[in-house]
Amino acid sequence: MSADTVRPMSWFDKLAHPGQFMIWSRHLLAPLWGLTVLCFAVGLWLAFFHSPDDYQMGATVRIMYVHVPNAWLSQFVYAIMAVSAVGTLVWRHPMADVSMKAAAPLGAAFTAMALFSGSLWGRPTWGTFWEWDGRMTSTLILFFIYLGLIALWAAFDDKLRAAKVVAVLTLVGAINIPIIKFSVDWWNTLHQPASVFRPGGPTMPASILAPLFTMLFAFTFLFLVLHVIAMRTEVTARRIRTLQRRQAAAGTSA
Amino acid sequence: MPDLGPHAIFIIGAYIGVGLVTIGLVAVTLGRAAAARRRLALLEARRDRDAKA
Repeated sequence: MSADTVRPMSWFDKLAHPGQFMIWSRHLLAPLWGLTVLCFAVGLWLAFFHSPDDYQMGATVRIMYVHVPNAWLSQFVYAIMAVSAVGTLVWRHPMADVSMKAAAPLGAAFTAMALFSGSLWGRPTWGTFWEWDGRMTSTLILFFIYLGLIALWAAFDDKLRAAKVVAVLTLVGAINIPIIKFSVDWWNTLHQPASVFRPGGPTMPASILAPLFTMLFAFTFLFLVLHVIAMRTEVTARRIRTLQRRQAAAGTSA
Repeated sequence: MPDLGPHAIFIIGAYIGVGLVTIGLVAVTLGRAAAARRRLALLEARRDRDAKA
């Protein structure tokens, strides 16, 4: 192929190239940090000073503003991992397994926070910290899936093989996401049915939806910025391993 | 601060717990990034030194 026929890099190529990713992703960090801090400041202010008490739950409705965003992220992060797994298995996209590996610890942390805050919300609302119902049990299983995937990444020396195995298991584990979502419809549960994203619109007043969505955006922007940073760290770690191998080889041959 | 009622301990506990995990998550992510950057800079400096020698 002559120099004249070399095609320019498409957006997909730019996305796939780790060097290109390190260049363009650097410009995302400051705006994402800014949006995260702004949304947290406004969200906390709305949650504590502008949110009315719920007619049934009273002031404990405020726990929803940290519980629901983390519960949403526990599933959203897994969905990102599942899409990345497809990228790894179908297109062998170099950044797909980087994205998968970087997202797993973040997903585990958000799931842990959802379980913790849900438990503290359950005690005054239902009279118990824990109940083995469909929603809570399937979310606990999601937490263990995250831990299993993190352990699996660490168990392989061959990172390419690890990426393929983790991608397959991530897709198998994705079956749990619709189970979490629809568990409140399929089984008897203490959990209330969907009250925000439902046909016919939300059942909550705007004064409760405003802090809820602001905190939802705050945690989502936080995930996005931490995901980009963790991906950059993984790309750097791979460059470190390459350099170490080269220097070890040079030292052996010298 | 509004009156958080008889269940204030649960509300404050939830916010403190989530806050601590969030701060920990940010600290670990930034710490790992900084450590990786330092390690890479060290290796690149060694590579450049070896190339000159």
